[in-house]
Amino acid sequence: MKRHLPLILMVLIAVGVQQLTRATGTGFYLTPLTMAAYYSLVIVGLCLLMGYAGQISLGHAGFFAIGGYLSAMLTTRDLTPYQDTPVLVLLGKLGFTTTGQDMFGAAVLHVHPWAACGCAILVTIIVAYAIGIPVLKLKGHYLAMATLGFGIIIYRLVLASPLFGEADGISEVPGFPLLPGLAVSGDFENRVTNYYIGWGMVALAMWLLVNLIHSRVGRALRAIHGAEDATNAMGVNTARYKLNGFVLSAVLAAMAGIFLTHYNGGIGPSEAGIMKSVRYVAIVAIGGMANLWGALLMGTLLNVMSLRGMFGSYDDAVFGLILIVIMLFAPHGLLGLSLPQGLKRLLKRGE
Amino acid sequence: MKRSFAATIIMLAVSLAMSVSVAIAETIKVGAILAMTGPASFLGAPEARTLEMLAEEINAKGGINGNKIALVIKDSGGNPEKAISFAKQLIEEEKVFAIIGPSTSGETLKIKQICESGKTILLSCAAAEQIVEPVAKYVFKTPQKDSHVVHAIFESMKAAKISKIAVLASNTGFGQAGKGQIEKQAPESGIQVLATEVYDSKATDLSAIVAKLAANKEIQAVINWSVEPAQAIVLKNIRQAGWKVPIYQSHGFGNIKYVQAAGAAAEGVIFPAGRLLIADKLANKNPQKAVLTSYTKNYETKFKEDVSTFGGHAYDAFKILCRGIELAGTNREKVRDAIENLKGFVGTAGIFNFSPTDHNGLGTDSVTMLTVKGGTFVEYKK
Amino acid sequence: MTLELFSQYLLAGVTYGIIYAIVGIGFNIIYNTTGIINFAQGEFVMLGGMTAITLTQWLPLPVAIGAAVVVVMLIGALVEILFIRWLDRPSVLRMIIITIGISILIREAALHIWGEGVRSLPYFVGNEITTVPVLGARVSPQVLWVIGVCTLMVLALSLFFKYTLQGKKMQACAANRMAATLCGISTRNMVTLSFMLSAGIGALAGCVMSPITYTQYDAGTGLAIKGFTVAILGGLGSSMAAVAAGLLLGLIESFSVSVVPLAFQDAISITLLLAILFFRPHGLFGSKDAAGLKEF
Repeated sequence: MKRHLPLILMVLIAVGVQQLTRATGTGFYLTPLTMAAYYSLVIVGLCLLMGYAGQISLGHAGFFAIGGYLSAMLTTRDLTPYQDTPVLVLLGKLGFTTTGQDMFGAAVLHVHPWAACGCAILVTIIVAYAIGIPVLKLKGHYLAMATLGFGIIIYRLVLASPLFGEADGISEVPGFPLLPGLAVSGDFENRVTNYYIGWGMVALAMWLLVNLIHSRVGRALRAIHGAEDATNAMGVNTARYKLNGFVLSAVLAAMAGIFLTHYNGGIGPSEAGIMKSVRYVAIVAIGGMANLWGALLMGTLLNVMSLRGMFGSYDDAVFGLILIVIMLFAPHGLLGLSLPQGLKRLLKRGE
Repeated sequence: MKRSFAATIIMLAVSLAMSVSVAIAETIKVGAILAMTGPASFLGAPEARTLEMLAEEINAKGGINGNKIALVIKDSGGNPEKAISFAKQLIEEEKVFAIIGPSTSGETLKIKQICESGKTILLSCAAAEQIVEPVAKYVFKTPQKDSHVVHAIFESMKAAKISKIAVLASNTGFGQAGKGQIEKQAPESGIQVLATEVYDSKATDLSAIVAKLAANKEIQAVINWSVEPAQAIVLKNIRQAGWKVPIYQSHGFGNIKYVQAAGAAAEGVIFPAGRLLIADKLANKNPQKAVLTSYTKNYETKFKEDVSTFGGHAYDAFKILCRGIELAGTNREKVRDAIENLKGFVGTAGIFNFSPTDHNGLGTDSVTMLTVKGGTFVEYKK
Repeated sequence: MTLELFSQYLLAGVTYGIIYAIVGIGFNIIYNTTGIINFAQGEFVMLGGMTAITLTQWLPLPVAIGAAVVVVMLIGALVEILFIRWLDRPSVLRMIIITIGISILIREAALHIWGEGVRSLPYFVGNEITTVPVLGARVSPQVLWVIGVCTLMVLALSLFFKYTLQGKKMQACAANRMAATLCGISTRNMVTLSFMLSAGIGALAGCVMSPITYTQYDAGTGLAIKGFTVAILGGLGSSMAAVAAGLLLGLIESFSVSVVPLAFQDAISITLLLAILFFRPHGLFGSKDAAGLKEF
């Protein structure tokens, strides 16, 4: 029960914040808070990978982009030219397609958001396994550069494909209907509902991850982080655990991409860029590498501040500074910092 | 959270106190979402500077009918998700009267629906056709249509009896929009595109691709659609290869510093642009001359840098908004109607004639063909 | 393919290849003495160009370039002293994150100092359209400057490491740090020297290529990635291999234009990087055993 205390606290805080904004008429805070919630899904997944399994990933924005772009493309691309092909007739019968109207009022045929979501997650899993197997054999700098390379390839891919809107990205993405009457969308009227949907997903993800960490899988991951060879010698299939951890974090990132894209109503190539991946790593670092709640707290705080423009033109510089300061003074994150230790480090000279 | 709670209480108290006093003049809050940093900063930075300059100017004169303008500029860095967050923030929190920007088409298309539902006037500085097609009640744009720009190039080519060309474009939204228009209009203009190549906007050397194209003796002209630094690099590579083919560039060449960057290689380059760049060479009776020369003078004096056509888009957006407020007061719906029916408005990009079906207001005559002679811009006469 | 076209591709490939090689060598120098991959390497190249351009306002061109190289070397030393020196046996993860952070900071500082615009040094010889005929192709004399200066740098470096005391000390540090300390070599100073050296060669390369490629505040990141690719391609730690690998990458990119659309050119280097990492991480010229012994 004790391990679930932070989760209950988080839910209470989330509700409390919303009630506060309602009372003070500052409901506009809900928008960056909801967006931050979805980014948090990426961050906590990355925290599991980097903090617990000890595998750095400089390309996680790539998985976010795979989820977001596939979902956006499938739900906005007009399939009317193909509607008589057997594939589409079958998909129609299974309920995977919907009809709608485009901007000009003409009838169009799209893939249903649920089917698009399923497809995007499937592709993410396939790509994560395909990339994960060779990449996770590497260590240290090689691993970092391989993940960076993966992120860059995804970025180049979406930037160059007319299918993914090239530099302009994809717009006019419809809302994601979760239940009748409940949809993930950016409409003003549904601000509060979407806030709870977003944070509900975070709560679900945290519950899943906390349980995972306290299970045999979590112990295996921590053992791998601590001493991989020793763990291997004990008969634990390290490669499989690392890979599954990688895929899980990839799926979380993709889900964040899917739902944030439907909330925002669009996605652009900037979501796949290097700076986004670096940002996620910075937040995991400042939260304390292996501290899920720290990562969540810092992620929410920093993302809300960034999305409200508090850093102005210095946005990237702030995250760069965070990276350096944290790694120099507080490698175990802000929450793991004990002040005297930090001061000692500052005054120490030599090696 | 505690800090913002206290801040909100203070804000509420202050606004309560303010509303008690009889309000004679309101401050009109105008929001702007611009890409002041990042890959689109060549657009957003001059746009932001222009807006600041104009707001200062107008407030020094006491505002519009006594109403001062309060400018809230947000730097989106060219990122659509920031643009979306800022748009919602400006509409819901700052309750701005109107939004100027964003600088890029990708961002504008993402916030088009938000501004429409939020009933906030959006005056975009981006050029994509989809911004105003289909027409959304509150959404306008000030740059010339890419289709008009390409049309001007093709008309010039037809007059020069050019029918076979090669196209180079950068992989930015700007480059891709131009390439799209070129491919669309080429058949109906009788121009055959023999080769199309897309390069990365950060590419530092295009001599290999230039050599490949130069080997094709059938190519009569080259269109290069990009912005700095690739514009200048392509020019140099072509001239260094000894290829004397006529080079057409896009309206992205619209700043004398780009000519300086390309140096001797910029001589003779032909490109379409608004008349801002040849303001001082216009005939005195030209209706745009006064606006263009005063903008050029003020901008260059204040910021010690050359004026660019991109800053002009923000100029036009701001001035159009001001005109709307002048005509219709501070009621949003009335200002929107006023803008929609504005005719003969002299801006930097051209003369605007808005209508309920045309939220851009510029025609083919807004663009003129210029060339570079002796390191300066002159009108291109063929 | 005509001789002219072939030569054009060849020269473009060699020009870029040698620039990538210089950045790769910069990576190797620091890696050899410290085990750190300095993600900020590309920023040194950018800083060299930018500083020289600013200094040309007051100094004649050759002096400005020399001064710029010195300034960037000092910045390199500063970076090492401020951020790297007093780290106590840092983990690889920590080092990667710190150098990425340094790279971002330098880039943002450059943005706020020099603005977003594009600048360049004047051509050393001639102007934007002068060309000289080489092997049947026409290239700007600046290309010859780039190839010449970079080749000289590579030669100077190999002489430095082989015949000077400082060079040998650095090599000792690279081979075995503990043993070098026992021999009385101040490894701390060697680390600073390696940063200064990397920064210096990067800056000089940045100056000499500025007229061709222009310099912009964010020019560093792309170069760093290509440089790292080249360093790994050759085998991390070997500078000669980096030169060969750099030329190889440059030539592949240049000749690829004749068979694939230009839009894929950037994907080539990334694909090559991933392929090497997946199939032969110790590089084309590195040996598997030596790589296994290195503590990354």
